[in-house]
Amino acid sequence: MSYIKKPVARHPALPKNAIGLTVRDYEGSLSTLCAGCGHDSTTAAIVQAFWSLGIEPHTAVKLSGIGCSSKTPTYFLGEAHGFNSVHGRMPSVATGANAANQDLTYIGISGDGDSLSIGLGQFCHAIRRNVNLAYICENNGVYGLTKGQFSASADVGSKSKKGETNEARPIDPVMLAITLGATFVARGFSGDKGQLVPILEAALRHKGFAFVDVISPCVAFNDHKGSTKSYMYTRENYTQVTEADLVPLRREIIAKQVAHEATTVKLHDGSVVTLRCPEGDYDATDRGAAFKHLSELKERGEVATGLLYVEESDSDMHSMNRTAPGDLVAPDWDLLCPGNDRLQSLMAEFR
Amino acid sequence: MEPTDTSNPDYFHKVVDCQWACPAHTNVPEYIRLIAQGRYTESYMLNRHSNVFPGILGRTCDRPCEPACRRGRVEEKPVAICRLKRVASDLKGDVTDLLPKAPPTSNGKKVALIGAGPASLTVANDLAPLGYEVTIFEALPKPGGLMRTNIPSFRLPVDVLEFETNAILDMGHVTIHYNHRVESLKALLDDEGFDAVFIGTGAPKGKELNLPGRAEADANIHIGIEWLESVHFEHIDSIGKDVLVIGVGNTAMDCCRTSKRLGGTNVKVMARKDRRYFKASPWELEDAEEELVDILENHSPASFVVEDGKLVGMMFDIVEWHEDPESGRLKSTKLDEKLIPCTDVILAIGQDNAFPFVERDIGIEFGKWDMPVVDKTTFMTTRDGVFVGGDAAWGPENIIWAVAHGHQAAISINNYCQGVSLLDRTPDTVKLNSAKMGLHEWAYSNDYSSKGRTKMNHAELTARFKELSLEVELGFDIEQTAREVQRCLNCDVHTEFDAPLCTECDACVDICPVNCLTMTGNAAEDELRQKLTVPALNITQDLYVSAALPQTGRVMVKDEDLCVHCGLCAERCPTAAWDMALMDLHIPQAR
Ligand SMILES: Cc1cc2nc3c(=O)[nH]c(=O)nc-3n(C[C@H](O)[C@H](O)[C@H](O)COP(=O)(O)OP(=O)(O)OC[C@H]3O[C@@H](n4cnc5c(N)ncnc54)[C@H](O)[C@@H]3O)c2cc1C
Ligand SMILES: Cc1ncc(C[n+]2csc(CCOP(=O)(O)OP(=O)(O)O)c2C)c(N)n1
Ligand code: SF4
Ligand code: SF4
Ligand code: SF4
Ligand SMILES: [Mg+2]
Repeated sequence: MSYIKKPVARHPALPKNAIGLTVRDYEGSLSTLCAGCGHDSTTAAIVQAFWSLGIEPHTAVKLSGIGCSSKTPTYFLGEAHGFNSVHGRMPSVATGANAANQDLTYIGISGDGDSLSIGLGQFCHAIRRNVNLAYICENNGVYGLTKGQFSASADVGSKSKKGETNEARPIDPVMLAITLGATFVARGFSGDKGQLVPILEAALRHKGFAFVDVISPCVAFNDHKGSTKSYMYTRENYTQVTEADLVPLRREIIAKQVAHEATTVKLHDGSVVTLRCPEGDYDATDRGAAFKHLSELKERGEVATGLLYVEESDSDMHSMNRTAPGDLVAPDWDLLCPGNDRLQSLMAEFR
Repeated sequence: MEPTDTSNPDYFHKVVDCQWACPAHTNVPEYIRLIAQGRYTESYMLNRHSNVFPGILGRTCDRPCEPACRRGRVEEKPVAICRLKRVASDLKGDVTDLLPKAPPTSNGKKVALIGAGPASLTVANDLAPLGYEVTIFEALPKPGGLMRTNIPSFRLPVDVLEFETNAILDMGHVTIHYNHRVESLKALLDDEGFDAVFIGTGAPKGKELNLPGRAEADANIHIGIEWLESVHFEHIDSIGKDVLVIGVGNTAMDCCRTSKRLGGTNVKVMARKDRRYFKASPWELEDAEEELVDILENHSPASFVVEDGKLVGMMFDIVEWHEDPESGRLKSTKLDEKLIPCTDVILAIGQDNAFPFVERDIGIEFGKWDMPVVDKTTFMTTRDGVFVGGDAAWGPENIIWAVAHGHQAAISINNYCQGVSLLDRTPDTVKLNSAKMGLHEWAYSNDYSSKGRTKMNHAELTARFKELSLEVELGFDIEQTAREVQRCLNCDVHTEFDAPLCTECDACVDICPVNCLTMTGNAAEDELRQKLTVPALNITQDLYVSAALPQTGRVMVKDEDLCVHCGLCAERCPTAAWDMALMDLHIPQAR
């Protein structure tokens, strides 16, 4: 948290993206979260991802619910459209916005409280509808904003700052999303941007609902010894299941020197996600196998990270509902309001 | 890389670009903060401690600090450091009781200083308060050296000069003999019983230009520094209408501007090369051009043209310059010739040293260019007890270098007189004190102003030409001062890192407005510089490298180059691994 505005000075050698902007052109106002909050680092990763994809900030829509995590859209893409909804209701607002204008890039920011308690139903239905939205759950195991109560993602045995032990079984949003049929499921860690940024880039490019669970430690209420969502615990129990890289259409593919075979998944806009599995055999395109593998890792207490499941299909919300192409801003008046004759003939059909 | 050794006092000192660049290491950011708080007297005294002549330097300093100022790298223009120094001097209160004074009784040691320029005066300033009996011999009737005789009063008012020379001459135990040219150093050493002698005689000889016609036209050809001296002592009060000034250094600028005030209506500065090679400071060129002086490039003097025994003009070769591919030297090709009519010529093509009073058989070794051999650290010649500083040591420099030499020579003279080895010099020491006052409260204003450099107001042109000593620069008023002080980045409030505390949350890296922080695997310097968030290509600026971080073993690397000292890294750090800490740098003087 800080009282001063971020100085306008910039590094003169800051690189520019395809549309001539620097990463600082993708910032929002200065964060008011606690110093060291994982959410701020996730915000920085989002800024990085939008910048490297060269998305024009005013063509993005950022939506959120309630929570420290849900405050963060203020801190990135100052020029984008934004909507801060009621607690747990971001998916509905995102669905509506996306229904009205499918040409924009949608990013929803939520927390483990916002998504897995009050908003659990909304979360499930957005997956079911396959809304074209990158859905980021900044997961810290607590309700940060209301001072650190256990959330539904808190692990059994995890200790609160005051020393109480959580006994309720956790909801794992990754497992839930895979079970519900989500077409893109990933997990990252706010403390590892090298992994998180490419995942976010792929999520933004994926057509349909892209779910990214980001372990994002709450330094104020859940970064102590005994917590299973701290910086230290996450670093110690972190297993990188896949290494993902997004190769956008424009960029030349430079093969990295790695020991493992890469799987490639072509996304709707022609860009390609390459996946490597440092752990050996893991097939991120086989839902059943992925579920089984992740369950095993979970049993062993490992935090599985990477792009865990991806399936690029055509059936997003718009195709399922056979909506008209384009957005509702573009059509001219005559198309939107065809006149009294058309109304009368429509009315006649109901008589 | 090895973790940075911040116990070396030079490490953090270097980060304060202005202070590091100042030959006398004036504590610039602190004096600017004092001005910002309206504490002009304290600011003046802090300046005086290092540079002895804040009022003089606040108007005339060569300001090596300004091109070094970080603000010039972050944006375009440096902080107006020099002008702010003048503010401290203009607005200071009564400093009489704050000035150093000699103790009632002397320490019995006698020191002779030859010349009363800034170098000698600084030696006197440092030694008199320690009880030394200081005797100054000055050839001219007034003190100050070139500061008085050559810097025109429209740049440096005499009362400002005299206030600061008097502050030293009136300390006690300082005796000055005017109109006393030392003719024999041998006699001085043998007969007068001084424990040490300091030579601060400057570089008193203006260079000649021996071209055809020189002798015949002598009446209207003037040697720049002698001419300015005559103007100062009012032996000269006019000049012809058409003046050619030969040379384009700082002396040339003072000559052309003085000519404009003494009747020269058509004044031209004749440069052999083009603008890229001009020696004058950019601001002096600007001021001359503002006064409607023409500056002609690529005119190489060929001869003086004399008719009926009188100077009527000069012939110039019009030349073009190119770099010789083999030697890398500049060579000229003559393109044409041109006659430029004139009534007077002023030669401003440089100064030479001269030591006619130093016998060559008294143990003082002379080296190249007939200059005495002087030790770079101790300022002593090859004869024990004889010291040299200022322009006399290694040729013409400027006031602030003369002051820096004076301080170092005073340390040596003190050691010498006390029987301590000259190499036994107290090293600089540095201490950092946390500037944290509260959650977002710092002991400095971290919210610097991003406004551009404040412009200086100047006196009207017509008024300037009417009165020789009318000061051209009006100085900053309160509003201008208030605006300019906020441009300082407080580079002496350092980012200090404590690796074991870091949780590697990235907060500092993410917030830094100029992307100067990176956490990465350690490597050799060249590789590390390339690996940073933005590669660190300015190798004159150091990398601050931490010990291995506790969770991943990576290192925190800070590229010092562009840090604006905003303190956001420290405000964002959950564990106070970064702190902002005010530097307390102690640079010893004679004591
Ligand atoms: C025209 C001009 C403009 C300048 N403008 C600036 C400027 O704006 N800013 C800046 O920083 N610098 C400026 N300088 C340079 C600066 O003035 C000198 O570098 C500085 O004054 C050198 O100080 P000093 O003490 O070594 O010698 P000086 O200032 O040269 O003083 C030497 C003194 O020794 C006396 N002396 C010489 N021989 C003897 C002897 N045998 N016996 C007794 N006394 C003797 C001389 O009379 C003189 O008073 C300028 C120089 C010139 C020529
Ligand atoms: C309808 C409603 N119920 C309860 C709250 C109180 N509340 C505010 S934030 C929050 C939990 C937020 O937790 P999470 O989404 O994990 O965000 P975090 O602060 O941890 O990032 C709750 C319960 C509310 N604002 N609105
Ligand atoms: S309370 Fe926790 S989640 Fe909220 S800003 Fe502070 S560290 Fe982040
Ligand atoms: S003080 Fe810290 S945040 Fe500010 S510019 Fe310097 S390193 Fe960056
Ligand atoms: S903010 Fe502090 S704890 Fe976080 S990475 Fe920077 S120095 Fe380390
Ligand atoms: Mg939470």
